[in-house]
Amino acid sequence: MAADAPPPSKEQHKLPSPEEFSEVQESAEFGELRRSYRSFAFPLTVAFIAWYLLYVLLSNYAGGFMGTKLFGNINVAFVLGVAQFVTTFLIAWWYSRHAAAKLDPKAEAIKSRMEGGA
Amino acid sequence: MSPAQQTLLAANEASEHRPLIITLFALFVLATLGITIWAGRQTKDAADFYAGGRQFSAFQNGLAVSGDYMSAASFLGIAGAIAIFGYDGFLYSIGFLVAWLVALLLVAEPLRNSGRYTMGDVLAYRMRQRPVRTAAGTSTIVVSIFYLLAQMAGAGVLVSLLLGITSDAGKILIVALVGILMIVYVSIGGMKGTTWVQMVKAVLLIGGTILITFLVLLKFNFNISDLLGTAAENSGKGAAFLEPGLQYGATGTSKLDFISLGVALVLGTAGLPHILIRFYTVPNAKAARKSVNWAIGIIGAFYLMTIALGFGAAALISQDEIIASNPSGNTAAPLLALHLGGVDSAWGAILLATISAVAFATILAVVAGLTLASSSSFAHDIYANVIRKGQASGAEEVRAARWATVFIGVISIGLGALARDLNVAGLVALAFAVAASANLPTILYSLFWKRFTTQGALWSIYGGLIVAVGLVLFSPVVSGDPKAMFPEVDFAWFPLKNPGIISIPSASSWAGSARSCPRRSRTSRSTPSWRSGP
Repeated sequence: MAADAPPPSKEQHKLPSPEEFSEVQESAEFGELRRSYRSFAFPLTVAFIAWYLLYVLLSNYAGGFMGTKLFGNINVAFVLGVAQFVTTFLIAWWYSRHAAAKLDPKAEAIKSRMEGGA
Repeated sequence: MSPAQQTLLAANEASEHRPLIITLFALFVLATLGITIWAGRQTKDAADFYAGGRQFSAFQNGLAVSGDYMSAASFLGIAGAIAIFGYDGFLYSIGFLVAWLVALLLVAEPLRNSGRYTMGDVLAYRMRQRPVRTAAGTSTIVVSIFYLLAQMAGAGVLVSLLLGITSDAGKILIVALVGILMIVYVSIGGMKGTTWVQMVKAVLLIGGTILITFLVLLKFNFNISDLLGTAAENSGKGAAFLEPGLQYGATGTSKLDFISLGVALVLGTAGLPHILIRFYTVPNAKAARKSVNWAIGIIGAFYLMTIALGFGAAALISQDEIIASNPSGNTAAPLLALHLGGVDSAWGAILLATISAVAFATILAVVAGLTLASSSSFAHDIYANVIRKGQASGAEEVRAARWATVFIGVISIGLGALARDLNVAGLVALAFAVAASANLPTILYSLFWKRFTTQGALWSIYGGLIVAVGLVLFSPVVSGDPKAMFPEVDFAWFPLKNPGIISIPSASSWAGSARSCPRRSRTSRSTPSWRSGP
C-alpha cells in the first residue's frame, strides 16, 4: 500500500516483529490509511485507463471526427493527443498532492509509533 | 534492406563525419567508464550492487528512470514512425507516457515498501519462496532478453547506417563491442554505476532533443500549425498525414492490432523488470513516488518533443530520402539534424555527429539497465533463494550476479550477432506484452489481494508468459509476412502482431480462478505487505 510506511533507513531503529506488523495491519488507523489510499488511487486508475481507451477507440473508428480541423492545421486528433499528455501531468500532480496531504502524515504516525516500540 | 540502400547514407554523409561521431561517442564511453570504476569502488555489499545503496535522491532516480525507459526505439523509432506514418507514429508516444500513471498510482510505492532488490521479492513476500521466485526470475530474464536482443540488433543497424559499416564482420564487431561495454558497466559498477550512466544519458538525450526541437521550431517561427501543414504537404499524403489511420487504419485486423498494442504499452511499462528495480534505489516510498513524478515530467517533455522531431523530419526531408536511408525511418532523427545544420556545412556535420552519439549512448545505457535487471534476478531470486535456499551470503550473491552479467552479456552478443539481419523490432512490443500479461497482474494481485495464492501467482506468470510468447511465435512478427523475422516460411495463424488483447485478460483470469483451490492462503511467516526494506 502506497506511502504506508517508509522503511527504517537508519540502523538504530528497531525492526518490529511480524506480530507487531500484523497487529498494526488489523488496527483501525491502518484501515483508515488503506481506505484513504485505495478510494483515491483505484477510481483514478479506472478513469485514466477509460480515457486512454476512449482516445484509442476514437483514433481507430472515428477518423472523420478526429480529422476535423479546429484552427490552421491543428485537428481534433492533435488536440486530444496533447490532452492525454496534459491529463497525465494533472493526474500525477493531483495524486501527489493527495498523498502528501492525506497519506504521508498517517503513514509517518504509524511508522514512528512502531519504531518507537510503543 | 538492400546493401545498396544501406550504403547510400554511408557513402553520402556518414563516412565523412565518421571521425567526429566516433570521437564524441568515445568521449561518452570514456566518461561513463570512469563513472563505472568510481562506482565500483563504492560498491561494497549486496544493497550497493542491487540497489545503489538506496541513497539516490528522487530527482536523480527520476532522471535514471527516464534514461532506462527512453530507448533507441523511442528516440529513433518514434521519430521515424512519425516521419513516415504521421499521426500514427505519435500514438506510440502517448501510450508510452500514460503508462507511467500505473507505475505512480499502483506500483512504485508499495513495491518499494515490500521488496528489497527484485520483482521476485514482492511476490515471495507472502507466498512460497522457491516456486514464485523461479517464476519471477524466468519471466524477468525472458522479458529482458527479448528487449535486449531488439536493442542489440538495433545497435548493429544504426551503427552500420551511421558509420557506413556494412560488412558482416563489422556488424558483429559492433554487437560485440556493445555487449562487452554493458558487461563492464554492470559487473563493475552495479546499480550505482548503471544509475549514473542512465543519468548522463538522460541529460544528453534530453539536451539533444531540446536542441533539435528548438531548431525545428525556429524554422517555422514557432508556429506548430505551419510545421504540421508543411509536413503533411511534403509527405505527399496531405491531410491524412495528420490523422490517425495511415499505419493501423488499413483493415479491421490492423485496427484491432492497434488496440492490442495500446493496452500492452499502458499495462506493460509498470511490469518491466529494469524499470521496477529502479524503485529500490531511493531511501523510501515517498522518494519512489517523487522519482516517478520527475520521470513523468521528463519523459512527457521528451515525447512531446517527438512531435517536432518526427513532423520536422517529414517537413524538411523528402520521404524518398528518409525511406532510402532506412525503410522504417530509424535514421530520420539523425538526418533531420544534418538537414537543420545544412547538408554540406560543418554545423550540419557536428549536429549529425552529436545526435548519432546520443543515439549510441541511449542504446548502451538501456542495454546496461536490462542486463542489470536480469543478472540481479538470476543472482537474488534463482541462485540465492532457490538454488542456495537463502543460505548465500551477500558477497556470494554479488559474485553470482557479476558472473550472471558476463553470462547474459555473452548470450546477448551471440544472439545479437545471429539476429543481426533479422527484423527484430517486434521483440520490444513482445517484451511489453509479456510484462503486461505475466508481470503486472501478478504484482498487482499480490500487493492488493489478500487471498492471492502461490498457485495463482504461478498460473498468472507462466500463463501470461506462455500465451504471449506462443501467440507471437505464430503471428506475422515471426513468419508469413515480408517484414517478419523469418519471411521465407509461414506458420502464422494468429493474425495480430501484438498478443496483449488476448494474453493479458487470459492470464489474469487464470490467476483469479486458482483462488478456488488454495494450498494455503497465507504463510505462517506472513507479515503485512508493507513491511519495510532491508
